Amino acid sequence: MKKFDPKLISGIIIIILGALAPWIISQYELSLLGRFLALSILAMGIMLTWGEAGILSLGQGVFFGLGGYALAMHLKLEGLNVANGDMPDFMVWSGVSALPKFWYPFQSGIFSIACVVLVPGLFAAGFSWLMFRRRVGGVYFALITQALALAFSTLLISQQSLTGGFNGLTDYSTLFGYDITTSEAARVIYWVTFVIVVIAFFFLKWLLGSRYGVMLRATRDGENRVRFLGHNPVPYKVVAFGIAGALAGIGGALFTLHSGVVSPALVGVVPSIEMVVWVAVGGRNILWGAIAGTLLVNFAKDQISSAFPSLWLYGLGALFILAVSFLPMGIAGLFRPGSGEERVMRRIISRRPLKTAE
Amino acid sequence: MGESAFLVGQIFNGFSVASLFVLAALGLALSFGLMRVINMAHGEMLMLGGYLAYMTLQVVPGPLGIIVAMPVAFLGAALIGALLEWSVIHRLSARPLDTLLATWGVSLVLQQAARNLFGAIGVEVTAPSWLNHVVQLHTGPLEGLTLPDTRLFILVVAGIVLAGIALILNKTRLGLYVRAVNQDRSTAAAMGVNARLIDLMVFSLGTGVAGLAGVILALLGPVTPTVGQSYIVPAFLVVILGGLGSLVGTTIASLIVGLFTALIEIFVDVSVAQVLLLVFVIVFIQFRPQGVITVRTRALEG
Amino acid sequence: MAIPAPILMMENVTVDFDGFKALTNVNLEISPGALRILIGPNGAGKSTLCDTIIGRVRPTSGRITFKDQVITALPEQEIVRRGICRKFQTPGVLPTLTVIENLLIAGRKDRSWWKTFTHKAPKDELSIAEDLLEKIGLADRRDFMAADLAHGEKQWLEIGMVVATDADLLLLDEPTAGMGPTDTQRTAQLILSLLGKHAIVVIDHDMSFVEALNGYVTVLHQGQILKEGTVAEIRADPEVTAVYLGRSDDDDTAEA
Repeated sequence: MKKFDPKLISGIIIIILGALAPWIISQYELSLLGRFLALSILAMGIMLTWGEAGILSLGQGVFFGLGGYALAMHLKLEGLNVANGDMPDFMVWSGVSALPKFWYPFQSGIFSIACVVLVPGLFAAGFSWLMFRRRVGGVYFALITQALALAFSTLLISQQSLTGGFNGLTDYSTLFGYDITTSEAARVIYWVTFVIVVIAFFFLKWLLGSRYGVMLRATRDGENRVRFLGHNPVPYKVVAFGIAGALAGIGGALFTLHSGVVSPALVGVVPSIEMVVWVAVGGRNILWGAIAGTLLVNFAKDQISSAFPSLWLYGLGALFILAVSFLPMGIAGLFRPGSGEERVMRRIISRRPLKTAE
Repeated sequence: MGESAFLVGQIFNGFSVASLFVLAALGLALSFGLMRVINMAHGEMLMLGGYLAYMTLQVVPGPLGIIVAMPVAFLGAALIGALLEWSVIHRLSARPLDTLLATWGVSLVLQQAARNLFGAIGVEVTAPSWLNHVVQLHTGPLEGLTLPDTRLFILVVAGIVLAGIALILNKTRLGLYVRAVNQDRSTAAAMGVNARLIDLMVFSLGTGVAGLAGVILALLGPVTPTVGQSYIVPAFLVVILGGLGSLVGTTIASLIVGLFTALIEIFVDVSVAQVLLLVFVIVFIQFRPQGVITVRTRALEG
Repeated sequence: MAIPAPILMMENVTVDFDGFKALTNVNLEISPGALRILIGPNGAGKSTLCDTIIGRVRPTSGRITFKDQVITALPEQEIVRRGICRKFQTPGVLPTLTVIENLLIAGRKDRSWWKTFTHKAPKDELSIAEDLLEKIGLADRRDFMAADLAHGEKQWLEIGMVVATDADLLLLDEPTAGMGPTDTQRTAQLILSLLGKHAIVVIDHDMSFVEALNGYVTVLHQGQILKEGTVAEIRADPEVTAVYLGRSDDDDTAEA
C-alpha cells in the first residue's frame, strides 16, 4: 500500500477509541456518552429523511418515545408476578384494580424488543403513507408531525394510570434477570449501544449507496420529475420514514436503559425539534455529521445548562438561527468544502421557492 | 341547566375558541400564501400582545385600559414582526423548512427573554368591570345558558378584524397587490409591484393581529412566557385545513377546529380531544389535501 | 392506403381553470411513430395540452385515449407506464444526481421500489443508458452532477431521459429553448432519428427548428385548434399569419 486513505484510518481510530471508551473516560462521562450515542441513532434517521429525502419531521420524539416506553413497560414488569395480580408501583398508587390488557404481552422480553423496533417503524410508515399518498409534504408535513408530538405527549401525561403520567416510567433494576444498575452493566449497555450505532451507520451507508438511495435523492430533487418518469415516489419516502421511525425507537429504548427513565418530557414538541438541531449542526447530508452533531450539542447542553440554565435556551435558539442561516451543510460540510454535493446542495437550498406548496 | 342549553353553550364556546384561532392563524395563513413559509415564532406574538396589554394596564389603569392596550399590542407585535421578517425570514424565504427551524430558534429566544423579564409564573390582566358580566337566560328552552361577556367580546373583536382585513384585501390598492403577488409573484414583480414590500407589510399585519389576539388571551387567563404555544399548534392545523392563504378558508377552518374541539370535549377529556382533532385533520386531508378552499388556476398547477 | 389507428386520441377535451378556458373542445389524433409539431402564440394552451395528456392537469370534460384505452383519470406515473413521457419546458433533470444516474432512473424497466435495494443496475439497462449517453453527446459528462451541466446539455439530458423510458409517445416541450443555431440543428437531427420507434409531439416556436423537422403542424390559438397542415401550408395560411407568425414571443410564462 502506497497511500493510506485518511477516511479509513480515522474511521478505524474512532471505532477503536469508541470500543475502549470504558477504560479511557470516567464512569459519569461514559454514561453521558452512552446516552448521546443512543440519541445519535435517532439522529441518523433524521439525516435519512430530512437530508436525503427532504422530509422534515418535527415529531421524531413520538417514535423515540414509543421505543422507550415499549422497553420500559417490560422493565417495569420484570420480577413481578403478574398472574398473582402484581402491578407496577405507579398503578398501585393510582388505584388501578388490575393490570391493563395491553400491558400483558410486555412480560415477554422478546416481544418487547420486537415492539421497540416494529411499533415506531410501522407507525411511522403508516402515518407517513397517509400523508405522502395525498402529496402532503414540506411545511404541512412538518406542522402535522409537530401536532402529533403534542398529542402524544399530552396523551401520555393525561393517562396517568396507564402510562405513569408526567413522571413516566422509572425505577427499574433488572433486564433478562441481570442487574442493570452496576457499573459492569453500564459498561455492557454502553458496548451494546456502541455496536448498534456502528451497525446502523454501515446499514445506512449501504442503503444510501444503493439504487434505493439514488431514487430517494431523486424524489427530493424533483418529486414530480420522478413521477413523470413513471415512478411512484410514495413508497421510497414511506420506507425512509419508517426506517427513521424504527431507528428512533431503538434509540429511545437504549436511552431509557442508560438513563433509567422514560417520560413525556423527552418526547414532546420541544425535544422533538431539538433533535432536528443536532442534525442541522452536524450536517444534514452527512451521516457521521449527524452523530457528531448529536454528541456535540448534547455535551454542550450538559455543560452549559447545568451552569447557566437560562443561557442554554438563548444558546439553543441562536444555534437554530445560525446553523440554518450560515451553515446549511453543518459542521461536517466544513470538512469537504467545494465537494460536488456541497456546492449543488447550496444551490438547491438557495433556490427560489416553487409556486405550489409541496 | 337543560341539555340543549348545555349544547348551545358548548357551541358558543366553540365559536369563541374559533375566533381566537382565526386571529392567531390569520397572519400565518396570509404569509404562507405569499411566501410559502411558516413563522414558528408566531405564537410568541400572542405572548407579546399579552405582555403589552399587561404593561399598558400598568400605565392606563381603569375601564379603558384594555381599549388602549389593543392598538398598543397591535403596533408592538407588528413592529417586532417587521423586524423578524426583515432580519430572518426574508433571508431564508427560499428555504421553507429552514425558515421553520430558524423561527423556532427565535421563538425560544423570545420565550426565554419573557421569562427573564417577567418571570416564569406569568402575570394577570384583570378584565375591566364592563366585561365582568354574564349574560344568563332564566326562562325558555335554553334556561340556564350562561354567556360570559369576555367571550362575546372575543367574537366581536374577531368579527371586526376579519371585516377589516377583508376590506383591505378586496378594496384597497395594497389588497390588489397582495392578491397579485399571491397569484403570480414574478408577473406581479414584472408589472412593478414591489413584492418584497408586500411580503413585509402582510407579515407585520399578521403579527399585529396576533398581538391583538394576545390582548384577548390576557383577559382569559394569566400571561406566561409559553402562553402562545398552547394556541399555536391548533393554529397551524387551521392553516393546513384552510388552504393556501385564503381568508375565507382560514375562517371556515377555524370554525371547524373550534367547534370540533368544543363539541368533542363534551364526551372526552382535553387530551383525547387533541388526539381526535389530529385524527380528524389526517382524515380530512385524505379527502381534501388542499384544504377547504381549493383554487384551480394555472399558477397553482405549475 | 390504410391509415394506421392513432396511438393517441383527444376527444372534445376542455380544461377550465375557474372560468378561464385554457382548452376548448380540442380534438387531436397522433399516429404511431409519427411527428407532430404544436405551435401557437403565448397562452394558446400548448403546455396545458401536454399537461392534460400526462395527467398533470385533469380535463374538465372530454376524454383521452392512448393505445385504445382511456387514460383521462389515471395517476401520472401510470400514464407514463402505459408509454407517454414528457420533457418539460424548464429542464427537469435531477440536479444532485449524476448524468448516468439520471438516465438509469429514467430507464428502469421494472419500476418496483422493492427491487432497488441493490448497488448495480441491471446490465441491459446500463448498456442502454451508456448508448443513449453517446447519442445525446454527453459521454464525457457521464459522472458530472446534472446541476453542473450547461443549459443546452441539460436539455439533451432530459431528452435522453424521456427516450430512456422507451415510451411510445414523447412530448417535448421546447426542446431547443436557450440553444444556439448549431445545437438547435443537432437537436432536430436527434428528434428525427427517434421517429418511427416513437411518436413525438414537439412544442416550439423557433421556425427554423420547425422547418428543419418538417412535420405535420397543429396551430393552437386561444385554447382551440386553429389549423392543421404541413409546414408549407401553415406558412401560407393567412389566418395563422394573422394570429401568430411574424410576431415575436416567448411561450407561456406560467410554467416557469
